[in-house]
Amino acid sequence: MTPSPSQRAKRWLRPRRGWVIAVPLLWLTLFFLAPFAIVLKISLSEAAISLPPYGAIVDYSAETLNIALNFGNYLFLFSDSLYVSAYWGSVKIAFFSTLFCLLIGYPMAYAMARAPARWQLVLLLLVMLPSWTSFLIRVYAWMGILSNNGLLNNTLLWLGLIDSPIRMMNTNFAVMLGIVYAYLPFMILPLYANLTRLDNSLLEAASDLGSRKFNTFLKVTLPLSKGGIIAGSMLVFIPAVGEYVIPELLGGPNTLMIGKVLWEEFFNNRDWPVASALAMVMLALLLIPIALFHRYQSRELEE
Amino acid sequence: MRQRPSFTTVMLIAGLLFLYLPMLVLVIYSFNSSRLVTVWAGFSGRWYLELLQDRQILSAVWTSLRIAFFAACMAVCLGTLAAFVMTRFARFRGKTALSSMVTAPLVMPEVITGLSLLLLFVQLAQITGWPGDRGMMTIWIAHTTFCSAYVAVVVSSRLREVDRSIEEAALDLGAPPVKTFFLITLPVISPALAAGWLLAFTLSLDDLVIASFVSGPGATTLPMVVFSSVRMGVSPMINALATLIILAVSLATFLAWYFMRRGEARRLEAAAAEQ
Repeated sequence: MTPSPSQRAKRWLRPRRGWVIAVPLLWLTLFFLAPFAIVLKISLSEAAISLPPYGAIVDYSAETLNIALNFGNYLFLFSDSLYVSAYWGSVKIAFFSTLFCLLIGYPMAYAMARAPARWQLVLLLLVMLPSWTSFLIRVYAWMGILSNNGLLNNTLLWLGLIDSPIRMMNTNFAVMLGIVYAYLPFMILPLYANLTRLDNSLLEAASDLGSRKFNTFLKVTLPLSKGGIIAGSMLVFIPAVGEYVIPELLGGPNTLMIGKVLWEEFFNNRDWPVASALAMVMLALLLIPIALFHRYQSRELEE
Repeated sequence: MRQRPSFTTVMLIAGLLFLYLPMLVLVIYSFNSSRLVTVWAGFSGRWYLELLQDRQILSAVWTSLRIAFFAACMAVCLGTLAAFVMTRFARFRGKTALSSMVTAPLVMPEVITGLSLLLLFVQLAQITGWPGDRGMMTIWIAHTTFCSAYVAVVVSSRLREVDRSIEEAALDLGAPPVKTFFLITLPVISPALAAGWLLAFTLSLDDLVIASFVSGPGATTLPMVVFSSVRMGVSPMINALATLIILAVSLATFLAWYFMRRGEARRLEAAAAEQ
């Protein structure tokens, strides 16, 4: 008797199934999920001059159990305008960078998906190659280009387009440029994956029925690539909100981004509880974008 | 008359120029003899010589390579298991949790991941006494964790593509699942394992933020050295280092492309021979 598909599946799964599931699940729970509980705990403790620099929440002495939750760190975040404007600044810069990535990346992904088959792999490798080199070095490249006596200003001066150097380095413009440059491949990849799956017969049908090219794009291609747009945008937006390296290297004193503030609270001020509270609020802020990304990605993973 | 190139083709070319021109500038200025990176003062290889004599950079390269190698190996094991569970196992309790923990690290801001892992290590050390010192070991754990998420994505997309009927045939003929996995599934997905390993390796080599959080005084990785030098301003030695990195990655990518193309050609030949 041949086993039915479900029986077959059961046999496939029975013997060491538990172990196979447990190993990755336990690793990720311990080193990815559990740490968030600890961040939450420390965000509710008080800063102390000790090693590590925070006080205990739970204290047992004289037969009484004291649990002291300190919400002061959170209140502090919302009372100081520095933090609020840093969150707002991060979201704004990340939003516009994502938008520019999409505006540049979509036509690129579209052209790649429409390119002859033998060119597609080469183009894909060309787009991805920069992201495999070094993030830090690619951001660094812009420091030499954007500075006051840098390549771009010198070229513009030489061409006579400007009379004196424009200040580009250490501005929000430089930060956005850096984010667009660093994250562009991650926008293109899911868009390309989505657009290559697009059924050509739909486009032919639209054009047979007399639809103009641009109209077909708006009514057929764009709605069908929604998944790719969401995935690409989230892959850029979420990490960009917490970006530290780019604002540190290309931003100026006026660039307020939360990743940089968190880093400074942690490394320079050694205020671990406030840094933890900053991380928890950032996480709460990003929960909806992360859920959006997860919904798309799990559809991709499991189908 | 030649056809006018379409808007998207123009954008693709402009986009590729945008991606590559800054890297080209880096490479050109690595051969500049002047310390001022903005002025061209003649061709010279002196920055490469200085780079090769810089002990701090060399030891950081060695540290980074070792961490990346072991992190990539462990990430391939964990990521492949996770991908296998997600694509081949029917629903079970914890499946949603597992798939969330595989997708979330792909986008999680690095400062959050780094801070939370450091706090975990500090807490663990308080309770269990391990890890006593933070350093290569803790960086390895941190890198393995986020790299395995990337490996899981790469491998699971391959696992979904492969023909399951061969696996099912082996099982029907009485092969134990573990044997079936190692003899049938693993060889078929091996290109994805290689791709996942390489991706994990480059991601680990490149990470600055997470490593800075979880590292201790003993372990300085290459990105940390580069970052502290770059913060001071532009330095031609970093340009030389950048050129070497770009060269290595381009070479590896070219080889990967060459073998992929050869594999494809062989498959087509085989298909033609069968007919």
